[in-house]
Order: sequence, then structure tokens, then C-alpha cells
Amino acid sequence: MSSPLRVDQVIDQYFLEHRAKVLDIAAFLDRHDRAAAAEGHPLSHESREIRMRALTRALELLRDGKPDRARRILELWSDPTTQPIAAAPMKGAIGAAPLA
Amino acid sequence: MYIDPHIHMVSRTTDDYQRMALAGCVAITEPAFWAGYDRGSAQGFVDYFRLLTDTEPKRAAQFGIRHHTWLCINPKESEDIGLAREVLAEIPKFLDRPSVLGIGEIGLNKNSRNELVVLEEHIALAHSRGLLILVHTPHLEDKLKGTRLIMDAIAAQGVDPSRVLIDHVEEHTVRPVLDRGFWAGMTLYPDTKCTPQRAADIFEMHGTERLWINSAADWGVSDPLAVPKCRDEMRRRGHLDAIIKRVSFDNPKAFLSQSGRFSVK
Repeated sequence: MSSPLRVDQVIDQYFLEHRAKVLDIAAFLDRHDRAAAAEGHPLSHESREIRMRALTRALELLRDGKPDRARRILELWSDPTTQPIAAAPMKGAIGAAPLA
Repeated sequence: MYIDPHIHMVSRTTDDYQRMALAGCVAITEPAFWAGYDRGSAQGFVDYFRLLTDTEPKRAAQFGIRHHTWLCINPKESEDIGLAREVLAEIPKFLDRPSVLGIGEIGLNKNSRNELVVLEEHIALAHSRGLLILVHTPHLEDKLKGTRLIMDAIAAQGVDPSRVLIDHVEEHTVRPVLDRGFWAGMTLYPDTKCTPQRAADIFEMHGTERLWINSAADWGVSDPLAVPKCRDEMRRRGHLDAIIKRVSFDNPKAFLSQSGRFSVK
């Protein structure tokens, strides 16, 4: 079952929505970097924080020209281990496992 | 006309029932879940199971919606094995109630050893009674690993995968779930699971067989009208009405009818 949309229709229908999402990411990185600069922390592209590393690595993956970006980003952010852990440390999840 | 096969109406207002009915909802199923806090005793679960099997069907019926339910102790409360086993001992007392479809939503949360033990005991209960199973897969970074562990645990007990729905699949888990013969559910959340657009993409990439959509609306950031919004997204793309009906009505009806207790008007 393929998409009934032609490429021009995909762009017409979704461009503005995703233009806004790109700007949201840009503004988030700016916001992070303003706070980081004020506090003397590394900026987003040099951050060692688990989630920021995961995000910036995913942004690189977006531009590699290969298919299945959503699947590959979710795999990038996934815990790569295979065995149950000894005990649950908390209820929630933070959104990304530490990158190798 | 649509079915929302996973929604937590105990956390929603009566206005939500009204809006869902106006949007075409004719039936729902409500799995037992975590209330946002750990219940202090098995009796707390007994009261919750009464709410699910007595109160909610009546509340839904006011709006022409058929309410069904699934029972379990959710994996978020499975770390305490002693409490979990007390709750598991109470569940059979409710299984003969007419709106109970099976065991769910069981699964894993942080993929811990105790969670896995409690999952295995739920699977054994369902298998011994020939009940359907509705599976919760973990959130975010824990989902891929947890989905694999869950599928292995189910397979290890010889459960027929066509009687198990594995929920909250996304782009990285949908294919392995379908390839092993399970049904799969996509949950439509604003932030943490699938958007209606991504769910429509997944249908286009993986087809519509053994795949459904649900809102899983609860007390968190969620949308009880997510299913009709996904239907609208598919309609905007030009998908046929028969395809839209298949994923939002026919597929859930086919899976749930295996229980012998699911009904829509």
C-alpha cells in the first residue's frame, strides 16, 4: 500500500508544518546554547549530555540521504543491551540511551 | 464509525465520551494500567477492577459506546513481586465478567528481572485459560529491547501469536512484531509515540494486515480523538474509505472478536 500522494502534493501538504518543526529545533538549540554559555557549559554540538548527544547525532543522520530515517533514529536512541536489568531504577524513560 | 481499542477512560471526563461518540466511536477497550502512583495493596486493584468491569461500561453506554476491558497489574508496578502475585491471585475472580476480553496491558517498563517474572506469570495465566493478551511495550529508549524480550517470553510459553496484540509499536519495532505473527498496535500520542502522520506512513510502508491504531488516552499528554484524527490524515492523503475502515474498525474487530465477548452495535 503506497502513498497516494505525488511528490509535489507531499511538499504542498507538509512543508509548512515541517518548516515550523525545523525552526523549533533551531530555537531549542539556541536556547540551550544561551544557557550553556551563561553557565560555562559546552554548547550543544560539544555537549556530553546523553540526550543532547543523541539529538545532534540524529541531526547528522537526517542528512545522510539514506531511507528509513525514522527507524534508524529510533534504533540510534535505543538501549542496545539484550539482558534484563537487575532492578528498575525509575518508572520513566529519558528518550535516549547513552551513545557508544 | 470507529473503534478505539486502547484507551484509559477512568482518567477521562464524561465530556470525552460525548466527543468520542460525536466523532463516530462505537466501541472501546480499556486495559488495566498504572494510575500515576503505586497502589498500596491488592485491595486497591480489586476496587480498580470493579471500576473497569462495573462502572465504566455503564458510563460509556450513556453515549452508545460499548466498553470492554483487560485485567492485569501493569509492569510499572511489577517491581514488587509480592504485591504483583497478590494481585494476580485476584484477577481470576473477575475473568468471567462479560466485558473482560483478556489479560492486559502486560509487558515491560524498564526491562527488569522482576518485571519479566511478573510478565511470565501473566502470560501463563492467559495461556492456561485461552485468553487474549494485550501487550504494553516500554517507552522511548527501552522499547526496542523490551519488545524483543516480550516476544521471546510469549514464544517460550507456546502462545499462538495471532492471539496477542503488541501495542505502542513504532518504526523500529513494527516489522519484527508483524514478522513473528503478532498483531501490532500504533499508539497516537502528541509527543512520545506515533503522530497520526507517522502512523499513516507506517501503514503505507508495512501494509494494513494485523495492524491497528489507538489513542491510549490517559491522564498524561494524550488525545481521546487521536483515532479520528488519523482517519482524517489518511483521508487527506487520498486513501480509500475501505482502507481507513480496515485499520480503524475491521482490524480491531477481527482481533478482539477472538475473545468471544467483543461486540459493537
